[in-house]
Amino acid sequence: MKRASKYLIFYGALFGVWVLLAKLKIWPPYLFPTPWGVWEELYTGFQDHTYWIAIAVSMKRVLVGYGISVVLGMILGLGISSSKFLEETMGGLLVSLQSLPSICWWPLALLWFGLSQNAILFVVIMGSLLSVTLAMEDGRKQMPKIFGQAGRNLGAKGFKLFWYVLLPASLPFIVSGLKQGWAFAWRSLITAEMLYMSMGLGQVLMMGRDFSNMSAVIAVMFLIIAIGYIIDGVVFKAMERHLQNKWGLAPAS
Amino acid sequence: MSANAHAVPGRFPVPAAPRVPAHGTKLGPVSVGDPELHVAAPVSKVGLSEICLSYRTQSGERLLALDRINLQVRAGEFLCIVGPSGCGKSTLLHLIAGLHSQTSGQVLVDGHPVDGPGTDRILIFQEHGLFPWLTVAENVEFGMKMKGIPKAERQEKMRHYLRLVHLAKFEKSYIHQLSGGMRQRVAIARALATEPDVLLMDEPFAALDAQTRDLLHDELERIWSETGRTIIFVTHNVREAVRLGDRVVLLTFRPGRVKSEFPVTLPRPRSLEDPEVALAAREVLDELRDEINRSLEAEYQEGVKPRIEPGVEA
Repeated sequence: MKRASKYLIFYGALFGVWVLLAKLKIWPPYLFPTPWGVWEELYTGFQDHTYWIAIAVSMKRVLVGYGISVVLGMILGLGISSSKFLEETMGGLLVSLQSLPSICWWPLALLWFGLSQNAILFVVIMGSLLSVTLAMEDGRKQMPKIFGQAGRNLGAKGFKLFWYVLLPASLPFIVSGLKQGWAFAWRSLITAEMLYMSMGLGQVLMMGRDFSNMSAVIAVMFLIIAIGYIIDGVVFKAMERHLQNKWGLAPAS
Repeated sequence: MSANAHAVPGRFPVPAAPRVPAHGTKLGPVSVGDPELHVAAPVSKVGLSEICLSYRTQSGERLLALDRINLQVRAGEFLCIVGPSGCGKSTLLHLIAGLHSQTSGQVLVDGHPVDGPGTDRILIFQEHGLFPWLTVAENVEFGMKMKGIPKAERQEKMRHYLRLVHLAKFEKSYIHQLSGGMRQRVAIARALATEPDVLLMDEPFAALDAQTRDLLHDELERIWSETGRTIIFVTHNVREAVRLGDRVVLLTFRPGRVKSEFPVTLPRPRSLEDPEVALAAREVLDELRDEINRSLEAEYQEGVKPRIEPGVEA
């Protein structure tokens, strides 16, 4: 209750300032969109299905790209964490690569895959793969060794050992990395979509720019934030809660 | 080292003679008074011959953890290994389990050399060996699942072994919902469910309170006599070793060597409170004391004791 009232006060005040500034008409609406202008954009956008389609297209891309990242990242992370050589060489490379915004891959992606979905996917994967890999590597290290020993002792080896022991044992330690990977994937996708016109939320946002419709830009920004927040707050929260129930741990923060 | 300087004839119902200093001694039936030892099978269940383990410390020096360990364990025997912390007794179990390998020497099971983990030898850890992401039932079924045993059969066995440890009602619980004693009972059920010949127990009750431990001693003794498994039980608690074991093997502090062996022929079921157990334990303790002192001395001198962690690769 207390938290809810805090939220109400804070967001109410923020919205109030926005309404006030819009009402004062210090700047023309095409420079400073009004709340009601944004609302109208959202309404018509959903009404004529533009946003629904954009959301569906973007979600599909990010899910495919992120999915590939998770699978590849887990394999890579596992490989790195189980080899001293890889850890010392590739581990460092990955950390330094993480400072590279994934959109820097865009020119190369265009050359390799052409102006296509695959170029976008590539950028999304490059954006999130590193986070997942590093999280997996770190998770394997943090995971108590005893689980691996117990698993081998009970006859698990090879893929079975990974799938039934190492992966579930490291999940609580990699969930925050998976979350970070998701955020990177989502950001990379929107950026790539802004550069490549083929539906999706990024393109709808750029259309707003092209028509000097700042209300539309803000409306799409809201959508991007909302989706990112919902996935984080619903999907990952549920996963954390599930792990917490099983392990009896405090949720990873 | 006089083997029986402290023996009190008549009170410890074992002929004092069997306590044999084991350095370079060929082990075998050591007791004249113990008829059981004479019917030893031609091949022992578990045989350790000349096991040495050394590893490199962080400062780069080579540390000998285990030195020429020779031990024969009969099928169905309950063997307890005691020693001060740092003697490498847990490491020895890991070697038998095949979780890592010795520097030299051989571990034989049924006469065959061990080269890796096998479900004929299941290790029960001190704590936290159970999988927290699985329910009690899934934990117990895990080994059978890895073997590819069909689900119906798995569940039947799982229920059987959970009943054996009196946890039938907790099938669906997660590990963190159980008390320490219940967890170790699940661990025992999980180990038994893979039907191993040899149970390796690494201070399984060390983290439990005294009452729970007493109870689990009784249960373990009962399960052992019902299932006829061979048990190798590592502990630093001498009384526990005497209360449970057919034979107690004493290891020295770093490097771990077999110092002496004490057959225990007290009638079962035993209890920690039995005066005979206490007496026998005192005898073992007298010999252990030197080792404990050496261990403490090393600790004071070095500040931080370089513990021989199971899992450290040689």
